[in-house]
Amino acid sequence: MEKIRTGKVIKVNANMVTAELSGQIIQNEVAYIICGQERLKAEVIRVHQNQAEMQVYESTQGLRAGDVVEFSNELLSVELGPGLLGQIFDGLQNPLPALAKKCGFFLKRGVYLEALPDETQWEFTPLVKAQDKVLAGSWLGFVPEKIFKHYVMAPFGLNGTLEVVSIAPPGKYNLKQAVAQLKDSSGKLHEVFLQQIWPVKIPIRAYAEKLRPSEPLVTKMRLIDSLFPVNRGGTYCTPGPFGAGKTVLQQLVSRHAEVDIVIIAACGERAGEVVETLRTFPELIDPRTQKPLMDRTVIICNTSSMPVAARESSVYTAVTIAEYYRQMGLNVLLLADSTSRWAQAMREMSGRLEEIPGEEAFPAYLESRIASFYERAGVVKLRSGETGSVTIGGAVSPAGGNFEEPVTQATLKVVGAFHGLSRERSDARRYPAIDPLISWSKYSGFVKPEYKERYHSILNRGNEIAQMMKVIGEEGTSLADYTEYLKSDFFDFVYLQQNAFDAVDEATSKERQIYLLEFIFAILEAEYNLEDKTAALHFFQTLRQLMRTWNSAEYNSPEFKKIGSQITALLESKKNKKDK
Amino acid sequence: MQKAYTNIIQIAGDVITVEAEGVGYSEIAQITTRSGVSLAQVIRIDAQKVSLQVFAGTRGIATGDKVRFLGFPMRVATGENLLGRIFNGSGLPLDHGPALSDNLVDIGAPSVNPAKRIIPNKMIRTGIPMIDVFNSLVESQKLPVFSIAGEPYNELLARIAIQAEVDIIIVGGMGLKYDDYLFFKETLNSHGALSRCVFFMHTAADPTVECLLVPDISLAVAEDFALKGKRVLVLLTDMTNFADSLKEISITMEQVPSNRGYPGDLYSQLAARYEKAVDFEGAGSITILSATTMPGDDVTHPVPDNTGYITEGQFYLKSGVIEPFGSLSRLKQQVNGKTRSDHRAIMDTMIQLFASYRETLEKQSMGFQMSAWDEKLLKYGALFEKNMMSLKVNISLEKALDLGWQILADCFSPEETGIKLSIIEKFWPKNNGKD
Repeated sequence: MEKIRTGKVIKVNANMVTAELSGQIIQNEVAYIICGQERLKAEVIRVHQNQAEMQVYESTQGLRAGDVVEFSNELLSVELGPGLLGQIFDGLQNPLPALAKKCGFFLKRGVYLEALPDETQWEFTPLVKAQDKVLAGSWLGFVPEKIFKHYVMAPFGLNGTLEVVSIAPPGKYNLKQAVAQLKDSSGKLHEVFLQQIWPVKIPIRAYAEKLRPSEPLVTKMRLIDSLFPVNRGGTYCTPGPFGAGKTVLQQLVSRHAEVDIVIIAACGERAGEVVETLRTFPELIDPRTQKPLMDRTVIICNTSSMPVAARESSVYTAVTIAEYYRQMGLNVLLLADSTSRWAQAMREMSGRLEEIPGEEAFPAYLESRIASFYERAGVVKLRSGETGSVTIGGAVSPAGGNFEEPVTQATLKVVGAFHGLSRERSDARRYPAIDPLISWSKYSGFVKPEYKERYHSILNRGNEIAQMMKVIGEEGTSLADYTEYLKSDFFDFVYLQQNAFDAVDEATSKERQIYLLEFIFAILEAEYNLEDKTAALHFFQTLRQLMRTWNSAEYNSPEFKKIGSQITALLESKKNKKDK
Repeated sequence: MQKAYTNIIQIAGDVITVEAEGVGYSEIAQITTRSGVSLAQVIRIDAQKVSLQVFAGTRGIATGDKVRFLGFPMRVATGENLLGRIFNGSGLPLDHGPALSDNLVDIGAPSVNPAKRIIPNKMIRTGIPMIDVFNSLVESQKLPVFSIAGEPYNELLARIAIQAEVDIIIVGGMGLKYDDYLFFKETLNSHGALSRCVFFMHTAADPTVECLLVPDISLAVAEDFALKGKRVLVLLTDMTNFADSLKEISITMEQVPSNRGYPGDLYSQLAARYEKAVDFEGAGSITILSATTMPGDDVTHPVPDNTGYITEGQFYLKSGVIEPFGSLSRLKQQVNGKTRSDHRAIMDTMIQLFASYRETLEKQSMGFQMSAWDEKLLKYGALFEKNMMSLKVNISLEKALDLGWQILADCFSPEETGIKLSIIEKFWPKNNGKD
């Protein structure tokens, strides 16, 4: 045990505190500032001679020059183990419900609780035996957590081949009881517990290889899955001005996405939105597992009025937990809302450090930080041969809704899909407000490429005609062009738009999407006998209304079939016939 | 313990730096000058050098003046005694009543644990169709009114305050014109609401730093009432002045500005205030309505832009009406499913059609021929603007929905609206628009 090193506060500038100490200082180590009865957590972010500049994860009210600082020798870390699922943590992995029990309505500073409850007994089943050879990250046994087998793994930080010296027999253990003992090549013994500690800013690399994301991730949002798909292990971003529906979109994806585990990082956003998730998820049933959605969810929440430095750490806490579950061969989706707030937290600190500012006063290392965060996504082949994935979806809140700003640009460079939300679409109440004309995806998805191309060209053509009509007017547009425009608008209306507040329409299964796409494709390819523009408009409006009603009908239900035949009848009445 | 220091080594803007020891961050100090006593707050400590922002401004402060640190952060009196009273940004009375010092609470207390919040679910009815039907206001919502300087935003705030069913109204004025202050006072008084109001007033002539305190002090008082089970409405006008004061202080402190001179933490600063809006589990609530003036009607200006990302929507006031585009209540979905089954259909359809109307207007102004559909839209748009949008309209939500159906029926056939058949069957007016 090393002697605790202490220093003294010499400067306080909002959440940046400088301490002076003799002896070594470790970059990024955690320190505690003693302020009366309270211990305030801080992280060293810059060292200058014998001075450590620290960002404090709490309000610094009442700190004085001369206050004692204790340095911990450890980097900022999280506890990984059974009991994470269904929890709500702040950016430093403090469990918020337990904190509420202890402190009441307000977040009292300086109170840090164990992330995982110690006393819980877990039913452990060993998977290895003494003398077995294992590697870091190997599954040594498992405990049941919700519906998953939560694997107990050899500590990720160990090197080389390890020998199992002893392994606990099946039975109940708590987090602080050792379940195995491993010996590394140098003969040193390591105890293994149900939980392990890992520094948040370092990616977990205990896997065989990283693979290319190839399996589509079904989000049940038609616009995303069909036109701008995301693959498991991929990355995507959703930038958009305020009020364009980023959060509603993320909430829908968090509910319906076909993954094992969803980690929600509410980073510097409204508390109200988190509350909605944490109050509704325990009641919503996941249709795939018949269990509450909360059972597959972890919420990391550092809302906008909570201390800004912890906002910076919250995305790292979230991604570390995501990687941990990936190591068990699970597919994890991490939704971060919003990465701009995270970037702003870096900007605030950078300003206080008086670093030379880059564009819009963001620090020069903004791009590399964003890139290394998204690089923690991926599909990996574990050493056991299984695969697991972390998919990252980040919301971006560009200042003024302008995508040219530094955070959006830095993000676009590193993600695999871009779902750009536009003010025009949200003003016209076309939700989801992802603009199909500017968005892109590098992933394949499940829709045939020729379909995708065709639909893109229909939308582009529709937009061209719409622009043209603005100049030459409707009367100057030919009936053929006008019909093309109506078709594109029709496709947008009945397929791309999705009603988030309709129990059926809010999520469309893969099968239904494929069925609908083929159905609509036939509608768009057909020629109709429409005598003039008024008749054309009327025809598509009627069709649109029927399709909308269809969208709210359960797939393959009697009602669905009834409306389906109505639509077919209407189409037949106008198709390939002479004038009435 | 309360030692006084007399060596002020720097005075710049509203910030002084004094050499002192053992001073806590954000602690309050008293400065005795020849013109009286002023309060100041510690905003930076650099070893022995302590910087303070002086609430009353630094004019007339001498380098030898006495600075006495009080050892606690800024506090404000709370409770029933405040009702009907008027204070300045430092909490000193502006009316002729006594200064208060009971039930002192710290201002800028820590944030509420998200796990202790509940989902807002009570609609606040205002009698304004553009709010009730299209962007319902919900208890515990935080919502700014975006407008340019000349718009009647204070009138709108006052009207909502009078009609809303809340227990306590707290008005925080920042950089307010004296007339506006009198307007609030008289309007609330003439509706008998003054006895449940508390005013914290900073007028344009008052020192900048006091402006910074107004939201904190208003919200600290509101929080105390809410914890005692009261439903509190806080009006903050105008938050752009608050942001400008932040800018002034941060530039004085030589911070690197991020966007148009505003400090990099503008978002966090605004959020710390707006996030005080809350519905407490088992206690009262705080609803925040604010005015944010947009310089040059530019919604991408840093103040409205950052505000929009924090608040739960915004009312966009333009040419004396609440614009349907740009206005948004993020919490409306929490309440408008429980009012009447046609509420959402009317809300969505009328706005979509109004968007088409705007396009048609554009076409018309360019001299294009109007189709039959365009004519219908023109008729619809005119009716909508006259009967729904005008702020003169003051009707209940149910009446407004009925009116909506009537307008639709007057202009369109059912299938042209695109509304689901089940709702059409139930609500489409039977006289088919011929009344």
